[in-house]
Amino acid sequence: MALATAPRPAFPFTEADLGRFRETQQLAYHCAEQVAAWIEPGVTERQATAQLRRRLVAAGVEDFFHVPFAWFGDRTAFRHFHTPLQFFAGGRKLEEGMPYVLDCAPVVDGYTADIGYGGKVGENPLWDRLAADLRVYRELILREVKARKPLDEVYAAVDAQIAAHGYDNRHRVYPGRVIGHQVTRTTARGPAGVNLFGFGVRTLQTLGRELISERLHGRSPLWADGRASRHAPTPGLWAVEPHIGFRDVGIKFEELLVVTEDDAYWLDDDLPHVRRWSTTAEEASR
Amino acid sequence: MTPRRRTVHSADGLPLAVFEQGDPAAPTVLMVHGYPDTHAVWDDVAEDLAADHHVVRYDVRGAGASGVPAGRDGYRLEHLAADLFAVADAVSPGRPVHVVAHDWGSLQSWEAVTEPGAERRIASYTTLSGPCLDHMGFWLRARFRRPTPRHLRQLLSQGLHSWYITAFHLPVLAPATWRFGLARAWPRVLRDLEGVAPRAGHPQPTLRQDAVRGIELYRANMRPTLRAPRERPTEVPVQLVTLTRDRYVGVALSEGLERWVPNLTRRSLNASHWSALLEKGSVVAGLVREFTARTGAGQKAGPPEDGRLVVVTGAGSGIGRATALAFAEQGSRVVVCDLDLEAATRTAELASLVGPAAHAYRVDVSDGAAVDAFAKQVAADHGVPDVLVNNAGVGHSGTFLQTTEQEWQRVLDVNLWGVIHGCRAFGTLMTERGEGGHIVNLASAAAYLPSKLLAAYATSKAAVLMLSDCLRAELAPAGIGVSAICPGIVNTNITRTTTFSGVTADQQAAKQQRASKLYARRGFPPEKVAAEIVRSVRTGKPVVPVTFEAKAARLLGRVSPGLLRLAARLNVG
Repeated sequence: MALATAPRPAFPFTEADLGRFRETQQLAYHCAEQVAAWIEPGVTERQATAQLRRRLVAAGVEDFFHVPFAWFGDRTAFRHFHTPLQFFAGGRKLEEGMPYVLDCAPVVDGYTADIGYGGKVGENPLWDRLAADLRVYRELILREVKARKPLDEVYAAVDAQIAAHGYDNRHRVYPGRVIGHQVTRTTARGPAGVNLFGFGVRTLQTLGRELISERLHGRSPLWADGRASRHAPTPGLWAVEPHIGFRDVGIKFEELLVVTEDDAYWLDDDLPHVRRWSTTAEEASR
Repeated sequence: MTPRRRTVHSADGLPLAVFEQGDPAAPTVLMVHGYPDTHAVWDDVAEDLAADHHVVRYDVRGAGASGVPAGRDGYRLEHLAADLFAVADAVSPGRPVHVVAHDWGSLQSWEAVTEPGAERRIASYTTLSGPCLDHMGFWLRARFRRPTPRHLRQLLSQGLHSWYITAFHLPVLAPATWRFGLARAWPRVLRDLEGVAPRAGHPQPTLRQDAVRGIELYRANMRPTLRAPRERPTEVPVQLVTLTRDRYVGVALSEGLERWVPNLTRRSLNASHWSALLEKGSVVAGLVREFTARTGAGQKAGPPEDGRLVVVTGAGSGIGRATALAFAEQGSRVVVCDLDLEAATRTAELASLVGPAAHAYRVDVSDGAAVDAFAKQVAADHGVPDVLVNNAGVGHSGTFLQTTEQEWQRVLDVNLWGVIHGCRAFGTLMTERGEGGHIVNLASAAAYLPSKLLAAYATSKAAVLMLSDCLRAELAPAGIGVSAICPGIVNTNITRTTTFSGVTADQQAAKQQRASKLYARRGFPPEKVAAEIVRSVRTGKPVVPVTFEAKAARLLGRVSPGLLRLAARLNVG
């Protein structure tokens, strides 16, 4: 079969590159945590994204892979989403007990990070449960990718886990139903900081080029459940974003997964959601 | 235990006869009787509750041993409500009381409960057969303003049930009827129309004068309040006990009551207007005990609880899980079972997050003894369920001649015998308890949509549909409803576990995958089926096709059964 015999590309990044990607991802999560500390009932989604953008730019971010997003309340689970325009931050005000999700993708010197940060204000036992269960997906995805399962099968395995948990798959609401996408070092020359439909112009250039060249090799830089993802994980960096929902609560994480020629690992384990799992595990064991 | 008698004076000086039982340190339950009764109508309920409550009853003004107001104005609701507060202050100073009321007692207690600030004096209110006249005024107004067929039907039905109210406004005639015959015939009326066995001391010796004086209750309050209803919301937690065989107060009257009572618990009891108190006193006492315990514990902040117990089989996934969650969200306590205990436990965990605590068991529904044991266990651990959902089922595809004996056995064992075992075990418990209930059986659109590829499956589901029809007729007198649900193509994991006749394991896996893809593309979520199931329990709808294809097939099967027979030859299913 032509697809199976297509030569696997070599892992395109050096350790130094990975270090820069890790720095960008840390910077993004750091800004998201700052906004999470600042956020309080009464804040609107637009105010939250503006705050996030300000902090990112202050930290030295030049361009965005996509504009920052913020979703509050049942919008974290993408309830009643009918058009892609509804992804953009709106006038929804944060209330006590509401969950929220921040999503941003800063680019520094061409090194892109794409992160998702879930939080809540006040008490929300449903959110606590989902946040704890999110760990299963991080482990599951890594295990499956390490086994070099075709990406559409990994997607199906995540779906089966979601069904077993009794949640629903919310990443299928994203354009193309994607659970992840490839991230490369953007080298495009278009104007930085300009976006079209929420995606940076440079992003669109790079993504467009990738879509075509990968397609020629029978692969896709987008990771979904369709025929286009019926290939082993392409070596490189993948931003993976499992997004699960239950009733009016949605939560996700998004971080970079490193896929080498024969292995895979999460770029960084020192992230807010991973730290949260280890503290809750410690509390439980105490 | 004979009650301790004392006299409390009302604000306008009338002596009220008050009867106390039980430990005064225990939570106080204040009972208000209706027309034409006295405190004696509560004898059974009071006896039962006195074990762990301070039970207080009184004769309302004009009845029994209490004083008689001078004129019609003395019977106005504001005086009656003031009497209630006076008694409450006297028997339980400084501590709020739990009010339980029936019939006219309920009408006057509503007046007290909807008094601004009543939540400081009244901890909870259990009402049987008596609406708030103000709420009823708005109820009537809303229906006259929007005379949809449904509203007109409700108005007509309540009008027919309320004929005696008009009769009570007739001068001379109404009192005369009581004086010259009705009072003497009352025990027979109760026996023949209400199913109440005659007993010593009932009705009270003062019935004739109580009944004649009590007519003033109607004359003083009905017309003025209904004509100009006031907005009367309340913060007090209210338990509304609907009597399913009540001849005087219809179920529809409480529709939309949540507008006035945010903290409302609905219960229903298979009893007539008087048999609830005189024949099923211990059941009413149980409802009151449960409610006082719950409201006394200050559970207002937690998830809502409607006090119902729901059992769902096969609740580890799909429609079963969605149904368990839907009931839990309504505030029902849910008990789930599945062959896969881990999956059932997960469902129970999720249900506990959205509603009251839920519990999971491992049960093989095709094993009759196991289901009997499960029913016993549930009754012992959680009580008799109010709703049973027989959901567990398996899919199987294969023509008749392909299907082996074992395959037939398995499909019928789970899909048909599972339902039979469930109905038998829990139906027995429900009828023995005598409070009614509801059984929901999951049939399928295949129950009436023949297909050569679904020989065993469709046969099992058709049997479930007919079983439900027969059972409905049998259980109707016991107040137990039966609904058969016919979902159609719903996106659940039944397709991933469906077995296929006459294929290899690999072929079967491929077919399962294809079917799953088709069902996923149809994309009808199990939550919508669950919503229909919850609704069918509320409305008692006997057969519920859910998806468009299920409805269309049912219609087509009636219009042109021949067409369906022809379509059955196609290779689909």
